[in-house]
Amino acid sequence: MNSSQLRRFALAMVVAVAVIVGLGATDTAGRFNDLGHKMMCTCGCAQVLLECNHVGCTTSTQMRAELQNQLATGNNDSLILQSFVQRYGATVLAAPGTSGFDLIAWIMPFAVSLLALIGTVYLVRNWARQTRLAPTGGARLETLNAQDEMRERIRRETGADEGE
Amino acid sequence: MAAFGSFALLVALALAAWNLFAGAVALRLMAVGGPARVSPERLAETGRRAGIAGFVAVTAAAFALVWSVFHNDFSLEYIVEHSNRALPAAYKFAALWSGQEGSLLLWTWLLAMYGFILRLTNKGDVKLHAYAGTILAAVQIFFLVLVNFVAPPFSGVRGGIIPDDGNGLNPLLQYPEMVIHPPMLYLGYVGFTIPFAFALGALMMRYPGEKWIKITRRWTMFSWLFLTIGVFLGMHWAYAVLGWGGYWGWDPVENASLMPWLTGTAFLHSVMMQEKRGMMKQWNVWLIFSTFLLSILGTLLTRGGLVSSVHAFAQSSIGDWFVGFLVIVLAVCIFTYVLQRDHLKSEHQLESLVSRESSFLFNNLVLLAACFTILWGTLYPVLSEYMDGTKKTVSGAYYSHVMVPIGIFLLLLTGVGPLLAWRASSFKSLRKNFIAPLIAFWIVVVASLFSPIHPWFDEGVFYAFVTWALAAAVGTAVLSEFVRGALVLHRQTGRNIADATLLLVRRNTRRYGGYVVHLGIVLIFIGFAGYAFNRNAEKELAPGDTMSVGSYTLKNLGNTQESNLNYDTEFAQLQVSEKGKDEFTLAPERRLYHASGQPQTMVATHSTILWDLYVVYEGVNPDTGMPIIKAFLNPLVNWIWAGFVIMVFGTLLALLPNTGLQARPAPAAGGDR
Repeated sequence: MNSSQLRRFALAMVVAVAVIVGLGATDTAGRFNDLGHKMMCTCGCAQVLLECNHVGCTTSTQMRAELQNQLATGNNDSLILQSFVQRYGATVLAAPGTSGFDLIAWIMPFAVSLLALIGTVYLVRNWARQTRLAPTGGARLETLNAQDEMRERIRRETGADEGE
Repeated sequence: MAAFGSFALLVALALAAWNLFAGAVALRLMAVGGPARVSPERLAETGRRAGIAGFVAVTAAAFALVWSVFHNDFSLEYIVEHSNRALPAAYKFAALWSGQEGSLLLWTWLLAMYGFILRLTNKGDVKLHAYAGTILAAVQIFFLVLVNFVAPPFSGVRGGIIPDDGNGLNPLLQYPEMVIHPPMLYLGYVGFTIPFAFALGALMMRYPGEKWIKITRRWTMFSWLFLTIGVFLGMHWAYAVLGWGGYWGWDPVENASLMPWLTGTAFLHSVMMQEKRGMMKQWNVWLIFSTFLLSILGTLLTRGGLVSSVHAFAQSSIGDWFVGFLVIVLAVCIFTYVLQRDHLKSEHQLESLVSRESSFLFNNLVLLAACFTILWGTLYPVLSEYMDGTKKTVSGAYYSHVMVPIGIFLLLLTGVGPLLAWRASSFKSLRKNFIAPLIAFWIVVVASLFSPIHPWFDEGVFYAFVTWALAAAVGTAVLSEFVRGALVLHRQTGRNIADATLLLVRRNTRRYGGYVVHLGIVLIFIGFAGYAFNRNAEKELAPGDTMSVGSYTLKNLGNTQESNLNYDTEFAQLQVSEKGKDEFTLAPERRLYHASGQPQTMVATHSTILWDLYVVYEGVNPDTGMPIIKAFLNPLVNWIWAGFVIMVFGTLLALLPNTGLQARPAPAAGGDR
């Protein structure tokens, strides 16, 4: 397969995926399920709209009907969610949005995890380098041996197990 | 009896105050040395005995409340609010912790009980125990002040008119697991006070070495075990009672129990580095401080009304007390740490990025990232309200995006860690240890490519397949540790493989108990991944009508109503067939409790190893008079409960002492360990 064929194959794959994803997006039942899980029931039960199971909960019944109507009008998902926010307030959304200050809600966990990961890798590499450079003989070795002996003695005295 | 209970609580407070005062003065006298009018040892002993007597006093108060519940003493507001005459005996007992005041009394009693055991078993190091006992007394005083003055359980009924009957127990709590779940959770929360007290005490007195960690190892493991049991019982209760088809809703109260569990898990791993190599001393101290602080924060979230929750206690000013306590504890921890931090210098440092130590470090990193994410998500509504005036909702939809990648990384480390050697792993040992897990991983990956559900069109399905591939790898890695060790013993002793495995485990219960816990985690993750394939159907089902979910067909045979002293119930008799055979019946019901007038779902479940058929009777449509049935097909849920049982078994195994060490084998598992 030459580079031109390879490009055509890749393009065909991208188009195929886009078509499949697009087809999925226009499936009304799928969209109802998807949007219904992006919103909360506002009756105070703190449950996702499609998971609200209170007997006689008129709020969720009304909201579900409203969602069906909105889907029937042909509005896209974003517009439907906006109309619900306008009607019920921002608390109707099951998760923070992805713009403005709300973006921080999404970024923060990954940013903190990434920073901690980079910090840990840096720390470990730094420690490993220091250990390689550190003198191994003399007083330092004696101190470490004494500490290891003490650790062994503690293990014996407390009857602690070896561990992993 | 109410007066007796109130008096007992006051006595307990006085005794705890004396314990703190006498302990603090005695420790100060011991620290400065020199002659003193009072022997510090004798003063410390009076404090210890006051602590022991305090347990008796709190026990008397708890007994008084239970006695009042069983004798329907409706002169007490708490009994009116949380019990009634028709309440079954087991649930009357549960009324002790069903409300704010009673649950605080349970917390206080458990703290006193732990203190009682601590003060009776101070054989190892009297001074360290005195420090721990004194710190514990300070914590006890806080809770005793709450139950004496802020949320007293023995308050008289409002208005002074004693009603004939009470309002009854919250129907959500009238379920067998609810009799066990809160005490287990509290045993975990409260239990972390002991290692916290030892850690703070050891730091205050500049206690040499890792002895405090070894003394508190069993305390920590027991607390972690109870918290684990509490969390999983809560999950099972939510699954069986709430009727929304899931087991974890990322509710702030659920999150509150998970956060200290995560830091406690990090601590259990990290202390091994201190025990083995004298490393991570500062880190470990802060991990156990954080675990205790998160336990208190969880209580603040549950009771303070800081965040909205479906099962928080009634809002009250008690949150301010917890905020104050948190601030004081944090200040004491920071002050002590700053003063004594030179005592916490590591004796060794990491030597390689590819080592057991660094895997523990990364494991800690991921656990804390998970904890931070949950804390962030839990508090984000408060933050968003502060920033733009709107309290945003953070539900499962948020957590499923941010927590799943973190969870998958954690699962990966569960398998990688045990395969690495202490200090550094050679390329040869890496190749030897990783080949089987990698083969298992790729088998699942290739199988997923041929499965009818393709993993690349749906985020949830993609993560599920990644989880299963990793679970196969991690399971293989952990099992290979057993096999390798058993084969060495088999060659050395001539025992058969089963006997050799048993001997292997007996010789190092902590290591192999830990591996069993990891196997349980693998099963739990396999079960979690099944959530991506959940299906459900809802239908108004008149008698004779049918509905389908997955391969099951449900036929309504009829609806029935029954009544007893405690509640009225209506339920549907559903005949279920799978592919036209294997018929059985399910009877999901909905109860209406007389005393409270609140409805309650009782889910009917048919469980198999592959999935649960989970059926909810949602009630009757008032317009048509027809019952509404909602049926879920939840794959692999039983794997979660099985994994939990294995985790508990592994933890208990790790708590057993080593035996059979006469003929110790040469280290084999883990390569150049």
